[in-house]
Amino acid sequence: MNDPHALPAVAPLFNGGQPSYETGALRLALGLASDKPFNLGALLSDRLCVQGHGDRLALVWENHSGLRKDFTFDDLRRYSDVWAATLADLGIVAGDRVCLFLDRVPDLYFAFLGILKLGAVAQPLFSQFMADALEVRLADADTRAVITTARHVEKVRSARVRLPGLSWVILTDVKPGAAPVLGKGETAINAETAPPRAFTPLAANDDTPSLLHYTSGTTGRPKGAQHVHGSVLSQFATTRHVLDLRPEDVYWCTADPGWVTGTSYGIIGPWAVGATQAVFEAGFSAPRWYEFIARHRVTVFYTAPTAIRMLMKAPPPAAEQLVSLRHMCSVGEPLNPAAVLWAERVMGRPFYDTYWQTETGAIMIANVPGLPIKPGSMGKPVPGIEAAILDAQTHQPVTKPGAPGLLAFRPPWPSMFRGYFKAEQTYQSKFVGAYYLTGDRGSVDSDGYYWFVGRDDDVINTAGHLVGPFEVESALLRHPAVAESAAVSKPDPTFGEVVKSFIVLRPGYAGSDELRLDIMNFVRKHLSPLAMPHAIDFVDKLPKTRSGKILRRMLRAQEWGEPVGDLSSLDD
Amino acid sequence: MADDQQIARTIRDYITREYADALQGALIDASTPLISSGLIDSLSMVSLKMFLDQTYRVRIPDAEASAEAFDSVNSLVALLRRLGVR
Repeated sequence: MNDPHALPAVAPLFNGGQPSYETGALRLALGLASDKPFNLGALLSDRLCVQGHGDRLALVWENHSGLRKDFTFDDLRRYSDVWAATLADLGIVAGDRVCLFLDRVPDLYFAFLGILKLGAVAQPLFSQFMADALEVRLADADTRAVITTARHVEKVRSARVRLPGLSWVILTDVKPGAAPVLGKGETAINAETAPPRAFTPLAANDDTPSLLHYTSGTTGRPKGAQHVHGSVLSQFATTRHVLDLRPEDVYWCTADPGWVTGTSYGIIGPWAVGATQAVFEAGFSAPRWYEFIARHRVTVFYTAPTAIRMLMKAPPPAAEQLVSLRHMCSVGEPLNPAAVLWAERVMGRPFYDTYWQTETGAIMIANVPGLPIKPGSMGKPVPGIEAAILDAQTHQPVTKPGAPGLLAFRPPWPSMFRGYFKAEQTYQSKFVGAYYLTGDRGSVDSDGYYWFVGRDDDVINTAGHLVGPFEVESALLRHPAVAESAAVSKPDPTFGEVVKSFIVLRPGYAGSDELRLDIMNFVRKHLSPLAMPHAIDFVDKLPKTRSGKILRRMLRAQEWGEPVGDLSSLDD
Repeated sequence: MADDQQIARTIRDYITREYADALQGALIDASTPLISSGLIDSLSMVSLKMFLDQTYRVRIPDAEASAEAFDSVNSLVALLRRLGVR
């Protein structure tokens, strides 16, 4: 009988060709032998302890109320062992998916490492997801356990009713001595107060599954990009050479570990380097962010263009607040030239833009220290990465400088995703010939700098996070007033892009501002603030092809003031 | 003319009701930080702005719709007053 929790086999690196990525020196730097097993969770915690650096500061955590906690690499080792051993006690085994549905609390980091030590698969999800968005992703992953806090547990409980494979809900914030209100199949773990546990990490290899990160596509439900323990080679290399991080640095990555930046560069990269991470469990506030940088003497800062544009709208920092900073990078969406120039003027140095995706696992194209920045460009491919602009029809590389085409990479590289969970066909569709297609369009100039042009599909990149139109449209169909809808991206001066919905109402409903607000809140409460339409047009009908498919690209082109292209398939 | 307390109560009641899923039981008062604390995501400001626009018949300019201005019920009351809401 098949094990219902069994993880599908992970595909070997696509193409099976000669590795284009020189890994020997990286393995040496990380103390890894190519033919010896290792474990990513242990590499990020135990390794430094074995090397005699256990007392080095790994995590400086602070929350909005000003509570601060410091953790050394030895703390990471001990608390992640507690997590690994306790999850094993609960019957979680290698390959099981364990969801981290947490704000940026310390246990998020300890549990992440513990899951990897056990050989289970970490499935981080953005804690602002509402019950519907959560349920879809837990159901798809056949998740065995969810780790969360009292703040988010009701969303999990509400989704759990329809998730028979979910064996455990684990709360991290039950105070010692307090009588926890735990239901059936719920338990509490507090790694900081639990007795120490010894744990021998699973002997993994490059291809052992480590992480399942959900991302959105144009069609269908969100899909889980499967990553592996060997991804650390790419993340380590780019953390050192793109983020320019060194062991003596204090580093702040503002990304939430519910998204890939928050794990690749908010956990794995910096701790592979052995640097100190500063984590601020709080929302956005320009003055408080500047204070945080000053208080912890942050030296390297990695954030997103939306956050930079929000900083631009706020009063500037005091000159002395940013003296510790020596390098700043951005990721998630194109960094507009105005933001680069503003940062040079106000923050004293530019942001170095980087480009990569959930699927690539690590930075692929970047502005690196020493490379002159062309404001608005994503920079050049990092060493070991072969990028190309492909003709949309022939899929052959475009050689003319500045000519737009499909942005593609030639596999393999160590952090490349190894599949979409239970969606092999979708995975295969991402490759054409020798190339992985990013779904983005770009161009390359005569100096070899890459420029972002736009998406090649209907996915909406809002504040650096991808939103699938299908998920928004599906949620809208549950609103009593909505007969049909189309979700497209709309330019936005702060968030880069936002969701705009075109809605055909059911008979008996009339479009109004009140209904518009009700529909916006409906999506926010069912999916997430990211998926909420920022604009809604009520229309009589949607543009469709003769086969009945909604022509989102026509609506999108109207929003962006672009040519609508070939409309020969348009019905009526 | 509504006094500050009336406006504050209307906004607080709306946030408590409409953002209950985000607040997850957290009690808010007029000075509770909303955006900077992470209780409410900055992307949610858009629907809150639309509610204020509709309720008080104003159009809050984008430049005024900052994370700081939307960070508490009190700062929202101050913003509405600056925009001439009586």
